[in-house]
Amino acid sequence: MPESRSLGSPSFASLAWRQYRLERKMFWRNPSSAFFNFALPLLFLALFGAIFSSNQKNLDVIVPGIAGMSVLSTTFSALAYNMTFMREQGILKRMRGTPMPSGAYLLGIAGNAITNTALQIVLITCAGKVFFGVDWPKDVGELLVFVVLGVLCFASLGVALSHVIPNYESASAYVNAIFLPVIIISGVFYDANHAPRFLNGIAQALPLVHLIDGLSGAMVKGTGLSDHLSGLGVIVAWTVMGMFLAVRGFSWEQRRS
Amino acid sequence: MSTEKAIEVRGLRKSYGDLEAVRAIDFSVRRGEIFGLLGPNGAGKTTTVEILEGYRDRSDGEVRVLGHDPQQRSRDLRERVGIVLQSTGIYRHVTVREVLAHFAGLYPHPRDVDEVMELTGLGGKEDARTRTLSGGQLRRLDFALALVGDPELIFLDEPTTGFDPAARRGAWDTVRSLKALGKTVVLTTHYLDEAQALADRVAIIKDGRILVEGAPSELGAGTGAAYYRVSWRNGDGLLNQRETDDPTRLLHELTSDALARGQVLESLSVTRPTLEDVYLQLTADA
Ligand SMILES: Nc1ncnc2c1ncn2[C@@H]1O[C@H](COP(=O)(O)OP(=O)(O)O)[C@@H](O)[C@H]1O
Ligand SMILES: [Mg+2]
Repeated sequence: MPESRSLGSPSFASLAWRQYRLERKMFWRNPSSAFFNFALPLLFLALFGAIFSSNQKNLDVIVPGIAGMSVLSTTFSALAYNMTFMREQGILKRMRGTPMPSGAYLLGIAGNAITNTALQIVLITCAGKVFFGVDWPKDVGELLVFVVLGVLCFASLGVALSHVIPNYESASAYVNAIFLPVIIISGVFYDANHAPRFLNGIAQALPLVHLIDGLSGAMVKGTGLSDHLSGLGVIVAWTVMGMFLAVRGFSWEQRRS
Repeated sequence: MSTEKAIEVRGLRKSYGDLEAVRAIDFSVRRGEIFGLLGPNGAGKTTTVEILEGYRDRSDGEVRVLGHDPQQRSRDLRERVGIVLQSTGIYRHVTVREVLAHFAGLYPHPRDVDEVMELTGLGGKEDARTRTLSGGQLRRLDFALALVGDPELIFLDEPTTGFDPAARRGAWDTVRSLKALGKTVVLTTHYLDEAQALADRVAIIKDGRILVEGAPSELGAGTGAAYYRVSWRNGDGLLNQRETDDPTRLLHELTSDALARGQVLESLSVTRPTLEDVYLQLTADA
């Protein structure tokens, strides 16, 4: 779209930054969102940590598993809810009537979600080390690669999902219908390789299991990126599809029912 | 096209599937005037203004807004236009001042946030979270958000629907103050008195067609609905009314007849139709 700026117009970067700051402010002021974002993964970690506390091998599975779940919930679930809500409320439509470039606006919103991902990964890593004796990540570079790719993948899929959610009331049904089965079959709570073959097959076609594998490699096992090339391929393929669907189906307005 | 015109619309059409919501309308809006689109619900007002605002693509016709085709969604145009949508929400966990400051930051030459709050009657609500505002206050915030970028052209889609009478007067004053600043305003409404009170020119729209267009005071005459109404009371007190295009002749007949019979025509009056008469007549379901 044409973005010819007149003299004195704020720059793209400053507008994206402005939107990002507003989103952060609103995030912290909404107690329920702040609570679920940080308390929930820690609660999971505490529960499973208690259950498996005698077994370091299981703890080593749980910590990257919960980290993977965090990426999924802070990007995929959060953006699916958020976009549905803002579309239904007419906030997207209102923003569209201002000089804010769409790209800068979406960057601000996605940046907000990604900040939560980063905070959670740090929180989980620290809690894993302090409470459960899981070592510091073996390969921080690899960890970054997987977190960044995971964020891109699940953020775009979350935005894409918001296009098919008809209204905010039904959003949690749509999100959970995907989120819950996916975290269960993808080995958040146990080693996915022990799952029945049929479920494992489905999980292998989806991105989360590969993200958790990669996080596990980076955080616990110390396997290099080269051991995860096929997994990276699956994540990238879903990212490309997610981006395509997110952009193509994008609508600024609630469809009339 | 001429630069005297803020908006020019020719042969504009919009269909939603089989429904023709706007059927080849033409109008133009001069810079600095308040233009009213008056019509009942479903007439096509929102469809028309949202095409001018760049929200919807037209099916056919030509549209120019401040020299731009709004469908191109140029940033220059969006910096110069303020929009009050018929209904829309706003961020919940921020204060009135914060949200206005956020929007002000999107424009190259914003107005002072305090001044805009004062102008729109939000004074005293600066630090209230938006989710605590009443419906009327939210509507004022809509106004404020549309004005904070100091636009040349302002679209108001049914801006006072749901207001109590005092709030409506307040909103009208705000609109008049925009005109005083030389702004151009396009206003849609289904309230006749609102169009009459605010608009320099009104187009009455129904079923996607503009039926008449002109200054509110002239709309009665001139157009297809031209007539005079003569009314009087007989000696027995009964009210008589006749409509005519030639009141001179009718009055002559009536008065000479009365004089010849030695009677008086009580309460004799000749009136021209008001905008209300025209509106009711034009929009009555035929
Ligand atoms: N997005 C849409 N899809 C289908 N029909 C629509 C849409 N928007 C408006 N309409 C229909 O077009 C007609 C004109 O609507 P609208 O422009 O909203 O009228 P007004 O604003 O004068 O009430 C109505 O019959 C309405 O139901
Ligand atoms: Mg309307």
